[in-house]
This record gives sequence, C-alpha cells and structure tokens, in this order.
Amino acid sequence: MNPDMILLRFGEFTVKGKNRDKFDKRITEQVRKAVAGYARAEIVRAYGRIYITLNGEPYEEMAVKLKSIFGIASFSPILRTTSELEAISGAALAVMQALPKQPETFKVSVRRVDKGFPHDSQEMNHLVGGHVLRELPGLKVNVREPEVELRVEIQPEGTYVFSSVVPGAGGYPYGTNGKAMLLLSGGIDSPVAGYLAMRQGLELEAVHYHSYPFTSEKATEKVIDLVRRLAHFTGSSIKLHLVSFTDIQTAIAQCNHNSLIITLMRRSMLRIAEQLAEQREAHGLVTGDSLGQVASQTLGSMNVIGRTTVLPLLRPLVTMDKNEIIRIARQIGTFETSILPYEDCCTLFVPKNPTTNPNLNIVENAEAGILNLQEMIRQAVATVETMNITPEIQSAVESAGQDDWF
Amino acid sequence: MHYFDHCASSPPQEEVIRTMAEIMAKHYANPSSLHRSGQEARNLLERARLVIAGLFPGTAAADWLFTSGGTESNNMAIAGAARSLGRRGKHLITSAIEHPSVYDTCKSLEREGWTVTYLPANEAGSVSADDVEEALTAQTALVSIMHVNNETGTIQPVGEIGRRLKERGNVLFHVDGVQSIGKVKVDLEECRIDLFSASAHKVGGPRGAGLLYVRSGLQLAPVYRGGGQERNLRPGTENVPAIVAAAKAFRLAVESQAERADRMYALRERLLACISAIPELVLNGSPDVAAGGQAAPNIVNFSYPGMKPEVIVHMLEKHQILASTKSACSSKSDEPSRVLLAMGLPRDRAASGIRISFGDEHGEAELEWLCGMLRKVVHKLKPLERKEG
Repeated sequence: MNPDMILLRFGEFTVKGKNRDKFDKRITEQVRKAVAGYARAEIVRAYGRIYITLNGEPYEEMAVKLKSIFGIASFSPILRTTSELEAISGAALAVMQALPKQPETFKVSVRRVDKGFPHDSQEMNHLVGGHVLRELPGLKVNVREPEVELRVEIQPEGTYVFSSVVPGAGGYPYGTNGKAMLLLSGGIDSPVAGYLAMRQGLELEAVHYHSYPFTSEKATEKVIDLVRRLAHFTGSSIKLHLVSFTDIQTAIAQCNHNSLIITLMRRSMLRIAEQLAEQREAHGLVTGDSLGQVASQTLGSMNVIGRTTVLPLLRPLVTMDKNEIIRIARQIGTFETSILPYEDCCTLFVPKNPTTNPNLNIVENAEAGILNLQEMIRQAVATVETMNITPEIQSAVESAGQDDWF
Repeated sequence: MHYFDHCASSPPQEEVIRTMAEIMAKHYANPSSLHRSGQEARNLLERARLVIAGLFPGTAAADWLFTSGGTESNNMAIAGAARSLGRRGKHLITSAIEHPSVYDTCKSLEREGWTVTYLPANEAGSVSADDVEEALTAQTALVSIMHVNNETGTIQPVGEIGRRLKERGNVLFHVDGVQSIGKVKVDLEECRIDLFSASAHKVGGPRGAGLLYVRSGLQLAPVYRGGGQERNLRPGTENVPAIVAAAKAFRLAVESQAERADRMYALRERLLACISAIPELVLNGSPDVAAGGQAAPNIVNFSYPGMKPEVIVHMLEKHQILASTKSACSSKSDEPSRVLLAMGLPRDRAASGIRISFGDEHGEAELEWLCGMLRKVVHKLKPLERKEG
C-alpha cells in the first residue's frame, strides 16, 4: 500500500508562543528540501501539522528522509478517501492489512470533525470496527490496551485513515536555538555530542585539531566523513575548521609537566575554539566529554580545563553511559567511521599517568612557562582552514582515481 | 575467427583494458603503504569495492573480498567455512555437477573427516531443492550449489534452496556464481546466500581477479597466511589494476544483464532449432526459460554419440569456429564428462559433449555461420561414426 498522504506532527516547540513562527518556517523549509526530489509531492500546512500529499511518489523512501529531520515528533502514512461509509471501511481494512505484522488486538478511534456526516463517532467506531473484524479473522477488539489504534478523521474535505505512528527524530528544528562550535576529535563521542546538540536546535560549526606530521591525513579525511554524516541532519551543510595544533602540542610536550600534557592541550584547544566562536558569532562550545571516561573528563579536570573559557560549555554526553553513546553512534551512522584506527592529536604524546585531579595553580604556572603560548594560539586561529561540508560531497574513496576507470 | 568459448574465458572489453593499463602505469604503489601514493592506491581499491556492493542490493562494501578468481574464491569459501564451522557438524552437501574447484575441495574435506553428499542432477541438468532438503542432517554445516552449470548452462534453483535452508536455520549456503553474473539475475539477499564466488574474466574483465562475498557477521577461517590484507583472508599485495578493471567489467555486465539475456535467448533458440534439425546431434541440458526450462541464455551443449568430441572441435576450428569439449578446465582428459554422467546420460553421450558459449559480439549472422558449419562437419564425419557393438 502506498499511502496518499503523510501527516507530520511536531514536538514541544509548537507551544512556544513567540518563537513558533521561526520554528514553523524552518521545519517547513527542511521538509520542502527533503521532498524536493519528488516532483509530484505537495506540502500542505495546517495548524500545528504538515501534510505531504504524495500523488504516487514513494512513501518508504521519503520516510527515511523524514526520520532525520529534527523537530518532527512523529509521522503517519495516511489513506485519504471520500467521506462515505463504504469507502472509509475499505480504507480501514487496507490500512490494517498493510501493517508489517498482523496484530492480535486493535481499536477504532473515529473523530468526526465534519458534523454533516450522517453517523456520529460512536456509531462509526462500531461500523468500521465491525467491517475490519469480519474481514480479518483472529483479530480482537481491546479498547484499553490495543496493539494497534486505527484512526479515522472525518474532515469536510475528505476522510483520513491511518494506524501507524512512526517516531521521528524529535527535538527542535535545526538552528532555531542559536549557534555553537563543536570540538570534533574523530572518536566515538564527539559526533554523538554534535548530533544531540543539533537535535536540540543548535546550529553547529565543527573544529578539528590536527598535528601533521604526527597525525596522518587519513585522520582528517575521517573527520570530514563524520561532518558529512552530521550534515545529513541539517538539510544543508556544516562548516569544518581545521586547526594546525602541531606547534602548540610539541611545545606542551616539551614543557616537563608530563602528567599535565592533556590538561594543557585541552585548555589551549578551548582557547582556540573560543576565539573561533567569537569570529563566527557562536555562543557556546559543545564537547563529547562524558564524566569520568578518561583523565581529562573527571570533575577535577573539567573544572580546571573549563575555566579557560567564559562561553557556556555544553556537554550532551556528560552523564551518559558508554554503551548508550555507542548505540546512538550506530543509529546515526558515525560509529563505523569513528572506530577507524587513525590517531588524532588527542592520543599523541599521551603520558602514562595523566593527572585526574590537576591543580589550577600548577597548571597556570606551567602555561606561563611555555614560551609564546598566546602567540601560537593566535597563529593557530589565524591559519585555520575552513571547509564547507555538504552531505553530497564525495569521500576520498568515492572520488578516487578517474570516474571512467570504474 | 568466431569465438564461441566465452564460458572458458571472454574477450576483455576495450575500456576494461584501458582502465587496467592506466592504473598499472600510474598507481603502482602498495595500498598498504602509509604515504600518499599508497593511500591513493588504497582508495582505488575501496572505491572498486563500493562499486561491486552497489551492484548487489542488500550487500555492503565490507562484505566483498577481492581474490585471484573463481577457483580461489570457491576454495576459500568452502575450506574456510569448513574450518570455522567444524564444531557445528561435519556434513556438507554439494552436487555431482559442480566445477572442480568446488568438487575437489569437497573431496579433500572428506580426507579431513567430513562427510559429503554429492547430489545428482536430473536429465535437464538441474539439482533438486527437495533432494537438498532430504539430504540435510543435524550435522549439516554447509551446502554448496552452483548457480549456472558451466557445461550445460542449466540454472540451479538456488533461490528455492536458500529459502529452505534458512527455514532450517543454522546451515550456511555457498553459491558458485562464476557463470551466472551478467547472464542471469543474481539476488544474494532474495536467495539467502551466505557465500558467493565470481570471476572477472568470464565477464570481459581481466584474468587473476575474482570476488568472494562473505555475508556480514560470518567468520571464515583463513586458508592463507600473510600480511593481513582483505580481512586477513586473502593476504598478499592487492592487484589494484586488475581489481579496478574487474569492478568495471562486473558493473558493465550486471547493468546490461536483462537486455543481454533477451538478446541471447533469441540467438540460443535459433541454435537449438538448427541442432535439433541435425539427426546425428542430441541436445543436452534444459530448454529456455521461456519454454519452461532453466537454461542460461549463453550456453548450448550437445553430443554427437559415437564421435570423439575433439574431432568436432578441431574440424570446427578449421572453419574459424572455436568451441569446447566439456569445460575447458578438464577438456584434456579422455574421460566422459562427470557432469553429463551425473545427469544420467548414457556413456557415449556423456563422452561426446560439445559446448558452444557466445558473447555480446555475436548476432544472427555468426549463428547462421555456425549452424552451416555444424551441418557441414557432421556430414563429413558421418561415415566415420563408431557404432556400439
């Protein structure tokens, strides 16, 4: 069964008075982009909802795209019929038969908005339910805990019949809650942190630190792949800022505070990110920190590292279990890329015994002892390389060699 | 020269040769090297894998291994699965009409303590899914059945076998698809295939390049030891030019499969009609799919009972026609065809089989020429028939 329409429902943002227009506009734009490839599909806006009329365009393909749009709480494939009892009963049966697995119990919920329709909701529940029961032996009615709720809405323009409610990505439309910089290492956590921040309506620009020749170009390619994956959820593109961290990192590695190397590196990274945020008019920094996961993510380390910046430090994963993070990484399609074994600069020069509870005074003294640290930070910001990553750009593998070789 | 031996090896396509030559000249670095040239070679290899995965719905790039060809793929699949599955049970089901690279690998497993059931084929060259199901025991770990037989061209019911095996649960299914790609539809997902072998030079690609599909989540035991390439299953420096050229050949073959099949079935029908009209010759194998049979579109097998098939091959060659006796791999031995015997054909018919296999360069004119020559050759040989006492 290819449905006639898709009904999109939105999350909590629809109740937020003044911002509502902004949210509405943004989500409509993203839905429009998602269905742009389907010439016959039409978008109809209604109060608090959007309908997509398919006119024969494929539902399954479109559903995959809709699932990645932030702000859509759920959606339902709908059959549309004329408001006549026989047509409605027929559509109800078709909807039930199209379920991936035949349920044991169901109930019918009819809403009669068009009061001119001859039967009221109660009568309709019995009439439609009776028809379905006769045609599908073995099915039973359970009004309290039905496996499937078959819904019928009788509107003046026609009747909508549907049963499945597909969960959407939820959250807020992308970019409706301000902009922040995402510190993206290439590991498992930071892409997930980015995804969750984006889902909450944050627009992101990614910052990646590389230490060529200590890190390889493969590590950078990997980060580009991750940003591309995240860009799928924006409907447009994400900027990626590549920061050369080699000078700072080698200076820190030589400053004779082995156990503080990570702390010092993270502090410099935050300073660079903060300056980039200022240039890019972003008002927060997003990191993949998860409490206690590594030495730099203990509460003591977060305290000493976080003091470097006055911007809000957003840590979507801070209380999340590693397995939970991995589950999301798999779901959003970043896991396989994240586990590729290319070293990023965070794993370089890692001391055997990094401190889990750095002392702020000692850290500040160590920084004061690094010659030209502020200048190197300024230089790193000045020489940043910025790329615009769209979901469409090809990876190094996809664009290898000459097209006509394949 | 009319080359009617495509099933033995097919002429490489111009653009495949160009791909191979250009990559050979430019990308000689080892894909395992860290430097940029090495990474470029690695990326070419991985792009080839993406192209292959794109040809087979439901498969991912990571499921495909590059090998040196069909024989190696079959060995790796069967021996590799046997070694990793031994604990599940040591019974294997295959057929008596498999290619030697499957048949002899199974024979060698018998020396390692495996029990092997070799199923026969019917007179049309087809193995039955019922027979496979009946042969299953609690010890059965692996079933290996080819997709298209290389001598008769009969398409085996791999879809039906795959479905029944999955109903039974824990039995792996290997399919030797060397003769099927580009000729008949290959749907690994629909047929529930766990392991699938293919060879590039059967589809206009280079020799020395093949594929092995290993369903994700399946662990094969390594047959070779070395530097860890191809998921440690086929170590050795990758043959990048041949692999990319193979990807191109496979793509061209698969993308035009439906059109090719239609065209070739029409040619095959003419050839069948011509051979049927020569009373001395008898057709082996199955009728066309359109006639309710299970024949691949590009292979015709017939016998001239009482005549040594080599004589016919040599006579045809005099008239610029190249054909084969049995499969090229075993055509030097004087024995009757194991495949034709397994179909229950009498010995004189099984010992006199000729295979015609055609390609994209053939049209009606070439087929007419072939038919004319067959009539001529049979007429000349007629007085020399050996009549069974």
